[in-house]
Amino acid sequence: MTAPTTKPQKTVAVAADHGGREAARARARSLTSLISRNGAVAVLILVVVLGALIVPSFGKPDNLRNVALAASFIGIIAAGMTFVIICGGIDLSVGSTYALATIISAMYAPRGSFIAVLYALLAAGLVGLIQGLIIARWRLPAFIVTLAGLTGVRGLVYFITNEGNDHPKIDGRLAFEALGTGSLATIGTPVWIMLVVFGIGWWALNRTPFGQSVQAVGGNQGAAELMGLPVKRTQTIVYVVSGLCAGLSGVLTTALSGGGQEARIGDAYELSAIAAVVIGGTLLSGGVGSMVGTLAGVLLLFVIQNLIVQGANLNSYVQQVVSGGFLLVVVILQAVLSRRAGTSET
Amino acid sequence: MSTPVTSSPILSVTSASKRFAGVRALEDVSIELHAGSVHALVGENGAGKSTLIKLITGVYQLDSGTVQLRGENVAFDSPRSAQRAGIATIYQEVHLAPQLSVARNFFLGREPTRLGSLDLKRMNREAGDALKRYGIAADVKRPLGELGLGIQQMVAIARAVETDASVVIMDEPTSSLEPREVDLLLELVAQLKAKDVAIVYVSHKLDEVFRACDTITVLRDGKLVSTGPTSELTRRQLISRMLGRDAAELEKDGRTKLAGHKTNIEGEPLLRAEHLNRRLILEDVSVVVRPGEVVGLAGLLGSGRSETAKAIFGALPLDSGEIEVGGKALTHQTPASRIRERVAMLPEDRKAEGIIPDMSIRDNIGLAALPQLTKAGLVSRKKVDDIVKTFMDRLRIKASGPNQKVSELSGGNQQKVLLARLLCLNPRVLLLDEPTRGIDVGAKAEVQALVAELAEKGMAVVLISSELEEVVEGSDTVVVLRDGAQLGRLVGDDISEDKIMDLIADAASERIEAAK
Repeated sequence: MTAPTTKPQKTVAVAADHGGREAARARARSLTSLISRNGAVAVLILVVVLGALIVPSFGKPDNLRNVALAASFIGIIAAGMTFVIICGGIDLSVGSTYALATIISAMYAPRGSFIAVLYALLAAGLVGLIQGLIIARWRLPAFIVTLAGLTGVRGLVYFITNEGNDHPKIDGRLAFEALGTGSLATIGTPVWIMLVVFGIGWWALNRTPFGQSVQAVGGNQGAAELMGLPVKRTQTIVYVVSGLCAGLSGVLTTALSGGGQEARIGDAYELSAIAAVVIGGTLLSGGVGSMVGTLAGVLLLFVIQNLIVQGANLNSYVQQVVSGGFLLVVVILQAVLSRRAGTSET
Repeated sequence: MSTPVTSSPILSVTSASKRFAGVRALEDVSIELHAGSVHALVGENGAGKSTLIKLITGVYQLDSGTVQLRGENVAFDSPRSAQRAGIATIYQEVHLAPQLSVARNFFLGREPTRLGSLDLKRMNREAGDALKRYGIAADVKRPLGELGLGIQQMVAIARAVETDASVVIMDEPTSSLEPREVDLLLELVAQLKAKDVAIVYVSHKLDEVFRACDTITVLRDGKLVSTGPTSELTRRQLISRMLGRDAAELEKDGRTKLAGHKTNIEGEPLLRAEHLNRRLILEDVSVVVRPGEVVGLAGLLGSGRSETAKAIFGALPLDSGEIEVGGKALTHQTPASRIRERVAMLPEDRKAEGIIPDMSIRDNIGLAALPQLTKAGLVSRKKVDDIVKTFMDRLRIKASGPNQKVSELSGGNQQKVLLARLLCLNPRVLLLDEPTRGIDVGAKAEVQALVAELAEKGMAVVLISSELEEVVEGSDTVVVLRDGAQLGRLVGDDISEDKIMDLIADAASERIEAAK
């Protein structure tokens, strides 16, 4: 077999086309990053628009307000979780920490709003700090450490509440109740707080040295160490952030409901929060992720649930099955979108 | 070229020793670094260069000995504290955050802020200016991972240098750079030297060492062989000190072991990959290899060499093209279908794609051999041990034993473990992407000899190397690539470095005569 020896004309053509190729590559790149970064947002818009068209009751302002309110509690937890996951970790303890904060804020409510909120956040932050220190200093797997946190803190909650029998009520006249029940421009306060949390989260992740460290550590911990980044400090802080977010969410829950909850509240919230983060396009392997994506991911979870409740007359178990299936479809759709964008790049 | 060493050293290491799991990595080594002087650290893989550097920069702690910075004893507990003390390090593999922008990487760990926010404008401007000063043209807002390896390396170097370090350590800084970029880098080294920085320059490339360094320290097997001014050392002396072989013996052995196997290349092609096309990546590339033949792929970084190998291996989707192995057309573009036809590939980046560093040598090799050794789902431990032992002997893998972790081996030995893994599969077609990158002179010759030996046994070999000499001396046929397109094909005596460079340089205008 004789291979072509030279092809002068072809090479000329290639050389001449070089500029065009570069431009095409740049175009492909910007489209790629747009879709892969905002896949969840695109799917959310699609689902909301289609949902409103197909299920009229879904699109009513009152309903949308309720969906947003319901989503804000997991949303705030997921905001903290985003930092942990981008930093290469995972936090399974958030559901228990959340429960701890609801109880503590209700217990201390008689001593004033400030004390109640402060103690609840301190306790939640402390849970995060302890786990973060153990994970960062002793290089133990986050999965196990926070699983221990999940179990231990939940036990603590049962202990404090006398095995779940105590339900302290808070005084309705307290200022802190407004955190849960108030509203601004007809939208509930928790929703606004969630938006503020995501705003701060976006800023911290993309516009502060800490955020750069989080991304670098999650991308390649060894490299971050060699570059002299404060790896351990960063790893510790993200768990504190996650704990504080779970705590804030717990405080808002108490404020909304006006009292202590059942001891099993927040069970499996960690899974919803992790799901929201992942649907939002953050890689479980760390390094890459976005706050906007997580926000869209959380809203998607709740929109889907609501659509099924509104759109189909099913018993609650069947609802769960359909809801799970729908979620799967959405995730596949999003993955296909980002993957297609991803391959066109290489 | 040498600067008079009269001042007291900025940094001195005295009688440093370090052992890993009982294996000596460094024993009683002392060096002194002076301001405004470039100090070369050379030696084969496993000589202890990396260990020495990591002891200085706080990655490892000394077992015994001292490190003094400006006359005071120091013991850094982390790279961070070493960096704070003014010791900047650029590692062999680019160690930056690929998902962040160039400017963000440039300032990582020391970002300028305004009211707590990153001052992005200033970061972009200053990073752009700094890179321009070093002759690097890159869009600083783009994610670093989208740029070429060479540019990434230069960004890493610029980053380290900008930290106002008094000691800059460069571990194989040019291993992924092209000649033009190497010139830039050496200019940068000269600039640093003029700023009275003490530089440690680790390299396998002796040209660079002689060009840029004032002092040369040779390590071998964890021990200091010699330290002295560059001017008092000849190239031949240096090589013999590194290898521990007699200079005369070295002369006799020749430069590379690839040359002169030219034996019975005949018969039908074993590998026929023709008209490979992939939008923006490959354009009508054809590679045909007969049994016993070594076909080299030549071209600059980014010319499509690795992509061609990946396409043949089924790891790169194709828009069109035909691939046949042993006369059988392969339609599924997957690595699994190639492995079934006994095509094996040695990937370019052994860390990312090949080795499982935390597993032992035995397990790394055994993993690949498992399918043949399994009977009814069971594996005979003894058979695995036999195979592992055979390959460790045959490839002369230097280790404390088959149970040593691969991550503890030197680069050359890691490469041999990878090769052993491929050979376990008894391949007919062997795709080797940079088989000697980052490994020392001695191991290089061994790997090269091995490649020639494998071809002689009737394998079809595709060889990629960024060292033109290696391609020229080792190949029976060379396919020259540029920007993903095939420029030409040289056969037999027509293969020379000049001709390949001519092809690449004047691809459009010059008519090249190829044999046949």
